[in-house]
Amino acid sequence: MSKPKTFGFNTLTLHAGQRPDPTTGARATPIYQTASYVFKSPDHAASLFNVERAGHVYSRITNPTNAVLEERIAALEGGVGAIATASGQAACHLAIATLMGAGSHIVSSRSIYGGTHNLLDYTLRRFGIDTTFVDPRDPGAFADAIRPQTRLLFGETLGNPGLEVLNIPEVAAIAHQNGLPLMIDSTFTTPYLCRPFDLDADIIFHSATKFLSGHGVVIGGLLVDSGGFDWSASGKFPTMTEPYAGFHNMNFAEEFGPAAFISRARKEGARDFGACMSPTTAFQVLQGMETLPLRMQQHVENTRKVVAFLSDHDAVDWVTYPELPEHPDHELAKNILPRGCGAVFSFSVKGGRAAGQRFIEKVELLSHLANVGDAKSLVIHPASTTHHRMDTAALEAAGISEGLIRLSVGLEDPEDLLQDLEGALQASQKI
Amino acid sequence: MYLHANNKKIFAYTGARPHHEGLESVVFVHGTGMDHTVWLLPARYFSHHQFNVMATDLPGHGRSEGPAATSIESMSDEVVAAMDAAEIERAAIVGHSMGSLVTLALAARYPDRVRSLALIGTAVPMLVNKSLLTSAAQNDHAAIDMLTYWSYSKGAQLGGNENPGMWMVGGNIKLLEQSKDGVIHTGLDACHRYEAGMQHADQVQCPTLFILGARDIMTAARVGKEMASAIPQSRVVLLNGTGHALMMERPNDVLDALIEII
Repeated sequence: MSKPKTFGFNTLTLHAGQRPDPTTGARATPIYQTASYVFKSPDHAASLFNVERAGHVYSRITNPTNAVLEERIAALEGGVGAIATASGQAACHLAIATLMGAGSHIVSSRSIYGGTHNLLDYTLRRFGIDTTFVDPRDPGAFADAIRPQTRLLFGETLGNPGLEVLNIPEVAAIAHQNGLPLMIDSTFTTPYLCRPFDLDADIIFHSATKFLSGHGVVIGGLLVDSGGFDWSASGKFPTMTEPYAGFHNMNFAEEFGPAAFISRARKEGARDFGACMSPTTAFQVLQGMETLPLRMQQHVENTRKVVAFLSDHDAVDWVTYPELPEHPDHELAKNILPRGCGAVFSFSVKGGRAAGQRFIEKVELLSHLANVGDAKSLVIHPASTTHHRMDTAALEAAGISEGLIRLSVGLEDPEDLLQDLEGALQASQKI
Repeated sequence: MYLHANNKKIFAYTGARPHHEGLESVVFVHGTGMDHTVWLLPARYFSHHQFNVMATDLPGHGRSEGPAATSIESMSDEVVAAMDAAEIERAAIVGHSMGSLVTLALAARYPDRVRSLALIGTAVPMLVNKSLLTSAAQNDHAAIDMLTYWSYSKGAQLGGNENPGMWMVGGNIKLLEQSKDGVIHTGLDACHRYEAGMQHADQVQCPTLFILGARDIMTAARVGKEMASAIPQSRVVLLNGTGHALMMERPNDVLDALIEII
């Protein structure tokens, strides 16, 4: 007995968080489609409400099916706990609302999902939370933008849609030098390709709608706590370190230790904002996650073939994918994403906007829609969809040209994908 | 609350309620490298059920100043000093793992201070694996991994936490990672060198409860049962399928058992 044998990633994707149901013997995770749970006695009820016993009170806050999903993502990411939310946007909002209030400030990468950009640049400003957007390729810009009111640094492992690779260890070090946590949107990479906590990030959120599920049939989000950030030492987070009158004067850092953040998020944010996940959705996300390693391998293999095909095609101006030697983050990607750079990338059809639109109109197997991470291949034109609120200058600042096309490569036979792309590319060049 | 005991600033969690005169007391003592947060649920339960609670961070652990005590007996002296500082004359005392040895030594050496005793995940001798001791001496993360994975049953390593959404293994690792250099080794070494265990067990006069895990590979239930046979007023609660981290794996069953003795 010299070294513990721990369960591997594949095993955890199948089992973490769930053991066969002790009552029925059910092997699959049951869907506990219930709003509430019967108390054994008034004292039992009081003990559950007052965090004296473990258990469930109301499904807006906890649910047994959701709890399996939450444990599973926490296990796969190497965190202490997680909360399943109604969407990735809800997970992002829950994190921010747990950490700060009006008068606070965020430093964010400017190459982020359009929905997150809307939240940070428009909606949260209305609630008094200001955000400075910086170049994700310049960690020093994160440092320069920090103010006394800053409470969070934020970025995506792979920028959207430019695929800038965030130097997570360097930005995390800047965050920690300033007593701040770093939050990562890890939707594009999933824990199979990158575990941001291993690179010193503190909080992760996912849109579970994407690769984690893979089937594209649900909307869901997950917020994960590394448990590694020292809220007390920072001194900037009274929500963690001072008594909370809204929950029996609970002091989360003192009472929950490493689980302070996720506990506050559940006991306040899940309770009050109420953006919870349906148990049926949690079940469907779990079904998808069971095949996460197999799917991500195939996503990456198919993507490499499609990238190679497009890179050599006469009708293509350029392809941006961090595994290509000419990508500015090629070397960094080898460290941050050694298993592959995911299945979402961008390219530009020769002929600009008009050619790009013809390309979109002519694909038949690929689906034109606003999503990524489906098992089916997807294609979109960001300037007219996900980033349509941004003007040309803002688009350029985010690394998005007007003719840019984003592909999310699925699990089809790669030959079929290449055939569909070939037909659309040829059509795009016919005036 | 913070106490001054043996010239050190000692933190003691009260279960989120201040002490009140006239109430019985409960004292909790954590294991190697841990702190008061492992007692969150029972501490809150008893503090909200007419008890004064003191879940102390042993010197050098959690929020308490160091240095860490280097023997089980001196750790029991530190707990008594904290009880003095908190004006707790007599209490039900509860210990887990290394903390169970501390409370056992306390019950034998300070019988007037102990109303009842609960030993969770306990065994004497508590010999520590050599590679674990070596890794801990080097402040190698391997020690944290060993302590974590050997503390949980295989089933619990896969999860199924009664606390919804919390990953037990992850929480354990993060708590141990907060330990200051040398503290885990000091605790393990103290456990390994504690030779008076059975002698102390023979001296225990108060009602004593053993809460043991049938799948505990750190402190085998078989040894805990042998200890129980040396104590006249003892009772054993054996939790099937459970490893060494009993408060994490079976928080509600551990609480129910404690309610009976406290």
